[in-house]
Amino acid sequence: MTVIQKKAVNPIAHLTAEDIETLGKELDAIRERVIASRGERDAAYIRKVISTQRKLEIGSRVVLLFSLFPPAWIVGTAGLSVAKILENMEIGHNVLHGQWDWMRDPKIHSTSWEWDHVAPADQWKQSHNELHHRFTNVVGKDNDLGYGIMRVDEDQPWHPAHLGQPLYNFLNACFFEYGIAAYDLDLGNKLKNGGHKDPEFRRRVRAVGRKIRRQFLKDYLLFPVLSGPSVLHTLAANFTANLVRNLWSHSVIMCGHFPEGVETFEKTSIEGETRGEWYVRQMLGSANISGSRLMHIMTGNLSFQIEHHLFPDLPSNRYQEIAPEVRALFDRYGLKYTTGSLPRQVFSAWRKVFRLALPNRRQPAPPVTPLDDSADHPTPALVAA
Amino acid sequence: MTATVPPPDTRSFRRRLWRLAETVTTPVLPSDYLDLVAPLRAGAELRGRIVAVHPETPDAATLVIQPGRSWRGHVPGQYVRLGVDVDGVRQWRAYSVTSAPGRRTDPISVTVKAIPDGVVSNHLVRRLRPGTIVQLDQARGDFVLPERAPSRVLFLTAGSGITPVAGMLRSGALAGSDVVLVHSAPTAADVVFGAELRGLAERGAIRLVERHTEVEGLLNVAELDTLVPDHLERQTWACGPLGLLDAAEEHWSARGHAARLHTERFRPTVITAGDGGTVTFTRSSVTVEAAGATPLLDAGENAGVLMPSGCRMGICFGCVLPLRQGAVRDLRNGQLTTALPGDGVRVQTCVSAAAGPCELEI
Repeated sequence: MTVIQKKAVNPIAHLTAEDIETLGKELDAIRERVIASRGERDAAYIRKVISTQRKLEIGSRVVLLFSLFPPAWIVGTAGLSVAKILENMEIGHNVLHGQWDWMRDPKIHSTSWEWDHVAPADQWKQSHNELHHRFTNVVGKDNDLGYGIMRVDEDQPWHPAHLGQPLYNFLNACFFEYGIAAYDLDLGNKLKNGGHKDPEFRRRVRAVGRKIRRQFLKDYLLFPVLSGPSVLHTLAANFTANLVRNLWSHSVIMCGHFPEGVETFEKTSIEGETRGEWYVRQMLGSANISGSRLMHIMTGNLSFQIEHHLFPDLPSNRYQEIAPEVRALFDRYGLKYTTGSLPRQVFSAWRKVFRLALPNRRQPAPPVTPLDDSADHPTPALVAA
Repeated sequence: MTATVPPPDTRSFRRRLWRLAETVTTPVLPSDYLDLVAPLRAGAELRGRIVAVHPETPDAATLVIQPGRSWRGHVPGQYVRLGVDVDGVRQWRAYSVTSAPGRRTDPISVTVKAIPDGVVSNHLVRRLRPGTIVQLDQARGDFVLPERAPSRVLFLTAGSGITPVAGMLRSGALAGSDVVLVHSAPTAADVVFGAELRGLAERGAIRLVERHTEVEGLLNVAELDTLVPDHLERQTWACGPLGLLDAAEEHWSARGHAARLHTERFRPTVITAGDGGTVTFTRSSVTVEAAGATPLLDAGENAGVLMPSGCRMGICFGCVLPLRQGAVRDLRNGQLTTALPGDGVRVQTCVSAAAGPCELEI
């Protein structure tokens, strides 16, 4: 992809500034409707998911105490993998977004939640909620575009180190939670620029260290030891469950912004950005995954990445319900709703990782200037910026 | 969910065991798992299970609650704060305990009168089902009888103001006292515990003066001179609408007997929403006037408060702070949020403005 400001055919050139603001109001109306109807059903949903996850985790860990027996190992490892995925995706990610803060339950609240992940919740909330969701797909501002280790956009400058990015991406997928912790710390930049001496940075590193220690103690020491003769088997099972969870969440998250069809934006384009323009950027900057209800739950409803990016704080169970309305808006305003099956989107994202490991084959098209627009389509501010 | 809850026991072996359990259940707490199966166990946060809901009048009902094992009991006249999820949102209200004190494992009861448009009271009276788990606080309040019951007592109550008094009458502590109860309600049918009170009067345990305000009009406190001529010599407990309590306080102090009057105000703070207001940042000891269109975040920052912040557009929840009390308005849709101390309401300061006086905890 190339930032839309430089594309030969700008996908939003046909929208007037007024269109964009009307679109924004229609999206606001969807949001308000959901907020007005939030209630008991939604609260029951998240409590059910949380209690199911906890029972599944306990059950799987108990089964793994006998992991010497192959059937117990298989059942326990599968159960624990699913439990860890649910915990991170449908529960952790969404609770930390404040999607359930409205319930005023101090036990299910973005300010008190901690998750089964080596990245401490407060650090993740900052880099994810504050930076990624605000600067979605703005090249040079949104570090989620390649996580600072890869090039996933033609407009990101190529460096010979990018030749190795298929390998980095695979390793990042296997140890994704550590990748996220390092990313939240802005570790690469801090080490490069001497920022590692900053006391605030050191405090954050210590917090990650404590979190890693607790996670390790639980998965790689206490539960294996409790398993007695099954010690090594449980160790392997817990490692496998973490690996499965990492691979799965990495794949789902890669599908959110990397597949073909997703647009990126120039840094200058968000200066003075309006509410409507912010919405349009979220619409074009995200991609969905199609699939079954179970698949949506296992992705933490990030399969509705578009709806999530439009309304990051709406309860996750509602994304599926508003998706048809949101899609109808895309159609009405002539915008492309990017979606596809999981294998297709994963393939598309990986293909880009391979393709952009090499320098651009041709120069990107010259930027569209306002003069190119026809007279009956006044230039939207987003393009003019 | 982090390790902020103190271990249930301070003995070191149990504490160590609990620490070990915390290591096993990290990042959540052992209690988060135990709550799934035993929400009322000893050491758990205080909760209760609704055992039964008995209608009292057309718009009042008594809730029988089995408190958890952490319940420390109550003194008649005290109230308990009850947290219940209404439409998925946790709401806290205080209600007088109407049951006589028993063993700590006995069920307790509270009696709730549905007030017009009352979100919580209507839910409790009309929709609450036995089996529901509610959140509780320990009983509190100093609207109680002294250890040695006075020989002559007057209760001056109206509407649901009878509830703390019912707890005192049922406790038996007044068995040897001369008790007069002057109670106002719209009609005879609206008298909460009407049959029980009339029964006590018939048996001569109390003298009951019922005032049916729909026919006889509101009680003028001066009428007590004729209704209960010796009222100023009695230890008096008054509970009811603010108008009645204000009038009673005036009456008793004007005659120099304020010390004999004890009052219970059910709604000490009435939150009225306005446009803008005085914002207090409690821990920073900073108070500012904020306009109705100024985000609380800006108001705080401009006053030099170290406010947490993030996206400043309502999406990242990096600026959320506890609203101790007051009213705020969501600048995006005008929605009002009000809070009283203990409600545990948290607000996004970047998209909320003062809608009246409010206190933020920072």
